[in-house]
Amino acid sequence: MLRLILNKIGLLIPTFIGVTIISFLFIRLLPGDPVLLLAGERGITGDRYADLMHQFGFDQPLWRQYLDYLVGILHGDLGTSISTRRPVISEFFTLFPATMELSLCAIFFAVVVGLPAGVIAALYRGKTPDHAVMTTALVGYSMPIFWWGLLLIILFSGILGWTPVSGRISLLYYFPSVTGFMLIDSLLSGQAGAFESAVSHLILPTIVLGTIPLAVIARQTRSAMLEVLDEDYVRTARAKGLAPFRVIGLHALRNALIPVITTIGLQIGVLFAGAILTETIFSWPGIGKWMIDSIFRRDYPAVQGGLLLIAIIVMLVNLLVDVTYGLINPKIRHTR
Amino acid sequence: MSETTLASSGPTRATGRLALLKEFWQYFATNRGAVAGLFFFVAIILIALFANVIAPHTATDQYRDALLVPPAWTSGGDARFLLGTDAVGRDILSRLIYGSRYSLFIGCVVVSIALVVGICLGLLAGAMRGWVDTIIMRVMDIILSFPSLLLALVLVAILGPSLTNAMIAIAIVQQPHYVRLTRAAVMSEMSRDYVTAARVAGVKGMRLMLVTVLPNCMAPLIVQAALSFSTAILDAAALGFLGVGAQPPTPEWGTMLAEAREFILRAWWVVTFPGLAILFTVLAINLFGDGLRDALDPKLKRS
Repeated sequence: MLRLILNKIGLLIPTFIGVTIISFLFIRLLPGDPVLLLAGERGITGDRYADLMHQFGFDQPLWRQYLDYLVGILHGDLGTSISTRRPVISEFFTLFPATMELSLCAIFFAVVVGLPAGVIAALYRGKTPDHAVMTTALVGYSMPIFWWGLLLIILFSGILGWTPVSGRISLLYYFPSVTGFMLIDSLLSGQAGAFESAVSHLILPTIVLGTIPLAVIARQTRSAMLEVLDEDYVRTARAKGLAPFRVIGLHALRNALIPVITTIGLQIGVLFAGAILTETIFSWPGIGKWMIDSIFRRDYPAVQGGLLLIAIIVMLVNLLVDVTYGLINPKIRHTR
Repeated sequence: MSETTLASSGPTRATGRLALLKEFWQYFATNRGAVAGLFFFVAIILIALFANVIAPHTATDQYRDALLVPPAWTSGGDARFLLGTDAVGRDILSRLIYGSRYSLFIGCVVVSIALVVGICLGLLAGAMRGWVDTIIMRVMDIILSFPSLLLALVLVAILGPSLTNAMIAIAIVQQPHYVRLTRAAVMSEMSRDYVTAARVAGVKGMRLMLVTVLPNCMAPLIVQAALSFSTAILDAAALGFLGVGAQPPTPEWGTMLAEAREFILRAWWVVTFPGLAILFTVLAINLFGDGLRDALDPKLKRS
C-alpha cells in the first residue's frame, strides 16, 4: 500500500514541475513589459524601471528566474498582490474557507440527492422512475449554471423573497472569524439568527454549484448499480432469500460505490470551475470571485499564485482519490 | 469505418458503406431521445443558416420607443416583439436567432482545432512511444490538472478578451481528451493482425498511420467530438457571461446574459430566453452524443 502511495507521489512530481512552469510562464507570456504592467498607467522613470527590473529579477536569464521562482514556491512565497500589497498566499488562504464551505455543501447536496436517485433509477430500470431520473440528470448535466443561478435568484429572491441575493451572511451580524466557515462561526458567536442567516445565504449557491456533480453522480451510480445487480453474488444473495433491502444495501451498493467514490473525487475540478461562476453570481467572497476580480484588476501576481495553488489542490485531491480507491478496492489492494 | 472492421465481424453481414450506415441508423433510431436531439440540432443549424430570413428584426436594431417590452403574450407585450426587448430596445428573438450562428460557429471551430491537434499528437504518441510519448502525455496531464474554465480564463487574460481568443483557449483546454483517446485507440490497433499485414506489404509512416490505422480509431473520437461540441458552447457562453468572451453588442447567448444581469429582478424575459437557448442546444447535442455512443461503441450496445 505504501509503495502504491509513493509511486503515485513520484508520478506527481513531473506534473508539479510542469504546473509551476506554466504559472511561471504566465506572467512572461502577457503582452507588454511586466514592470510597465506593474507600474500601471502613471508611467515610470528610467532609474526606477531599472531598479524594479533588478528587484523582480527580470534582468536575470530565464532559467535563473525560474529557479528563483521555484525556490520561492517551496518556501511558501508566491509573490505579493498588487492591489492589496499582501502576500498572495495569505490572501488565498483567507478566502479559501469560503470556497471550501460552499464546495463541501455542494458536494454533500449532490451526494445526498444523486446517490439515492441513481440507485432508484437502476432498480426501476426502463420504467418511469428511471426515465424521470435520467432525464433530470441529463438536463442538469447540460445546464449553464450561471443562468441556473440567475433563474433561482429571480424565483426565490425576487418573486418569493425567501432567500437573500448575495453574500455569505446578513450585515446585521458581525463576529470574528474563528474557522473561516460561516456555518460554524455563526453558531460559535451565539448570536440569535446568525446561523439561520448563514444557511439562507448558502442554499442557492449550494444548489447551483451542486447541480452538475449531482447529475454526474446520479448517472454514475445508476450504471455502477446496473453492473453490480447482474453479478452472480447478488443473484445468490437473492436466491438465499435475503431481504431485498439487505441485498441492495449491503451486497450491491457497497460494491457499486467504488467507482462512484472516484467520480465524486474527480468532481473537484468541476467544483473549482463552477465556483468561479457561482461566486460571481452570488458575490460569494471566495477564491473563484477573487480570481476573476484579479484578472480584471490586472493583478497578475495574484492570478499567477491562485492558478498554481488551485492546480496543486486539484492534484492533491486527485492523489487522495487514487489512494482511497486503492484502499477500498480489494482488487488493487491485494495485487500490490 | 473501413473494410477491415467488416471483414473481422463475420461473413454473414452485409458489407459496404451504405449497409453500415443503415445498421448504424437502426441502432441509433431505437433511442428516441437521440433522434429528437438530432432533429433539434438540425433545426438549429437551419435557423442559423437562414437567420437573416427568419429573424423579424436585425440583431442590433434599437427601438427607442420599446425598451424592456415584455413578451407578446403577457400584459404590456407588443406583437412586434414576440419574446420582448432588452434594455436598449433590441428584439430578443432576433438576437437569439442570430446568436445561434455564434454558438454553432464556436462549436465547429473548437471541435475542429481540438480534433485535428489532438489526433496528430495522439497518433504521434501512440506510434512513436518512448520519450515522445512520455513528453506528450506529461504535457496533457499538466493541462488536465487545471480546472478547464480557469485555464481558459487565464489564457484569455493573456491573449486578450475576444471571441476568437476564447475559442482558441477552449480548444487548447479540450484537446488533451482527444490525445488520450487517440493514443489509447492507436495502441490497441497497432497490435492487430491487419496492421502487421499492412506492414509486411510495405506500408509505413504517414500512410500506415493515417490510412490504415486512423479510420479504425474514429468511433470514440466521433463520440467525443459530439460531446465536446456541447462543452465548447457552454464554456464559450460562460466566458461570454464573465465578460472575457464575445464582446457586446455581439448577440452571443452568454454575452446577452451578462448584459441582462442587472435587470434580473425587473425583467425576467431578458434573462430567461438566452439561457433557455443555451440549455436546449446543449441538451439536444448531449442527447444526440449519448445516442451516438450507444450506437458506435459495441461494448455499450444494448443487447
